[in-house]
Amino acid sequence: MAHTLFDKIWDAHVVRNLDDQSSLVYVDRVFLHERTGSVALTSLEEQGRRVRNPRHVFATMDHILDTFPGRGDRTLVPGGEAFVKTMRRTAHDVGIRLFDIDDRRHGITHLISAEQGITLPGLVVACPDSHTCTLGALGAIGWGIGTSDCEHVLATETLRAVKPRQLRVTFDGALGPGVTAKDMVVHLIARYSAAGARGFAMEYAGPAVEALDMDARFTLCNMAVEFSAFTGLIAPDATTLDYVRGRAYAPRNEELDRAENDWSELRSDDDAEFDLEYRVDCGDIEPTITWGTSPEHAVGIGGAVPDPDEAGDDDAKHSMRLALDYMGLEPGQALKTLPIDGAFIGSCTNARLSDLRAAADILRGRRVAKGIRAICTPGSQAVKQAAEAEGIHEVFLTAGFEWREPGCSLCFNAGGEGFAPEERVVSSTNRNFRGRQGPRVRTHLASPAMVAAAAVSGAIADSREFAGRDTIDQGAA
Amino acid sequence: MKPFTRHSGIAAALLVDNVDTDQIIPSREMKRVSKLGLGEGLFAGWRYVYDGGERTGENADFVLNDPEFRDATILLGGANFGCGSSREHAVWALADFGIRAVIASGFGRIFRNNCARNGLLAIELPSEHIERIAALGAKPVDVDLEACRVTLSDGTTIDFEVPPADRHMLLKGLDYIDFALRYTNDIDAFVERDRMARPWAYRESVEVLSD
Repeated sequence: MAHTLFDKIWDAHVVRNLDDQSSLVYVDRVFLHERTGSVALTSLEEQGRRVRNPRHVFATMDHILDTFPGRGDRTLVPGGEAFVKTMRRTAHDVGIRLFDIDDRRHGITHLISAEQGITLPGLVVACPDSHTCTLGALGAIGWGIGTSDCEHVLATETLRAVKPRQLRVTFDGALGPGVTAKDMVVHLIARYSAAGARGFAMEYAGPAVEALDMDARFTLCNMAVEFSAFTGLIAPDATTLDYVRGRAYAPRNEELDRAENDWSELRSDDDAEFDLEYRVDCGDIEPTITWGTSPEHAVGIGGAVPDPDEAGDDDAKHSMRLALDYMGLEPGQALKTLPIDGAFIGSCTNARLSDLRAAADILRGRRVAKGIRAICTPGSQAVKQAAEAEGIHEVFLTAGFEWREPGCSLCFNAGGEGFAPEERVVSSTNRNFRGRQGPRVRTHLASPAMVAAAAVSGAIADSREFAGRDTIDQGAA
Repeated sequence: MKPFTRHSGIAAALLVDNVDTDQIIPSREMKRVSKLGLGEGLFAGWRYVYDGGERTGENADFVLNDPEFRDATILLGGANFGCGSSREHAVWALADFGIRAVIASGFGRIFRNNCARNGLLAIELPSEHIERIAALGAKPVDVDLEACRVTLSDGTTIDFEVPPADRHMLLKGLDYIDFALRYTNDIDAFVERDRMARPWAYRESVEVLSD
């Protein structure tokens, strides 16, 4: 019988199928962060339960920490220091590997789980964070969970769930110049709605996906949750194996040979059937920007704000009107040239080295427009150090960006920091939800290049109009 | 866990699509390493008015500030309710406020799981049913999980389905971890087999290697 990639990984992890349609599924790795991990470990401690296998559990700090240079345990989050200290204490008590603030491997959970080779192809990895789907880019099942399920997986090494149905999204053709993985996934969500993959595990496939480097694949999988998918994943190939080899926790030598032999089976069989198939022609994708308060509220950069009267049912019309009111926009208004107040490059979506390079290519030789607050938060110390080795930090600083320490930062008020009410911000993050970046802040999601283009223009802009000028040092890439 | 068998209460309508968990409780309202006392932060961005960043009072237009719905114990939502962040604080805030059931035309996966694990019933119904419940206003709605049936004040009944595993756990108020620990022998046996099949996934030396 033919199997999908997801079937192969899931089925190999089923401990037991229960008679209520659910299964107990073995989980290979658990990653914790200080906001939810600290709560889960404290709760287990209070219940007198033990962590079944601390060696398969890892932790870091990214949600509560601020990202100012020279930071410490104190943050602008009210009561934040307690999360940091509790994470540290409980990780130590249980014997969990913690990548603490001062660790050279520190960074955003989903970045360092990949960078350190903790997530590998074929694994099931869980984290009390919805963006765990990011790790599906490695051909793993990245499973975002709540705190109760986090306690469950810590105590039992399993999660209990009904196997989801399966969706394949095929991207045909090739991306145009200046079009990125961020544009692919936001375009997909806008086309099929933010609930378009609800109830499905989603495999990304097709020539345009195979052509992506790992950084771009992480971006694509990162926003699977914004499409309401159970998770998103991509079959491992030569690009994946090149990425994994030599990572700190990755297998080596004969063990690597054996693992790679296993991983070569990790692709959907040619005759595997999916419950649902979507196809997207990459020729239809422009650099994309959101106009509302859900990632489904997005258009190509040449587009305009749609009219709620032309939306679907009454709830949808009402929701769109609320979104436009919140965003301070009118139907029919063009997005391009809309003045902005802030620009943010960071988050588990778009804060990897290639993201920073793409932004730097636009910032080089230019300056952030007057009155714009522009911030870059590299996703991890590894990314930050690699960027600094290439001089990218100087490009950002010279252009007028702040250059921060790794963490979730202004993606969601992390570290207690936000933009000011009614400020309009172009952001490389994943959620344009109301108040996400601070009370009444108006967020427009876009790729890092689009954020950079907006920052130097002082208004939403088309990144393609900035390409090709002053792009030096490509050889160093 | 608090069991859910049957509950009768006022249903407050928040018929907006994609109400994400950042709306249910903003990041800035999650102030303690605790699951308790989060009700005050529930829907903070909608429920209160602010001057600059400071909360200065209640927003009279928000449904949970309407005297008729202030004591609501059932919440009606639109499509994709509870999407977004995995924060279980959203469910803890709803429970702390007194909400026992959420009825929406669709739920975020993690939010729905979080509800079941905290004794909250998440019921998915087509939006026309939800609009019908909302149209009856501040009248008691009866939710019977045993019968999987909602009964409205005008006598209308609406049947619903919930995943069998969640229904079983909710009716009995069972603890999910205790339930899984009954299968410890199966887990041990799986690990023993799997360790042979995928030794690379079980390196014991990882901690040493990383230093």
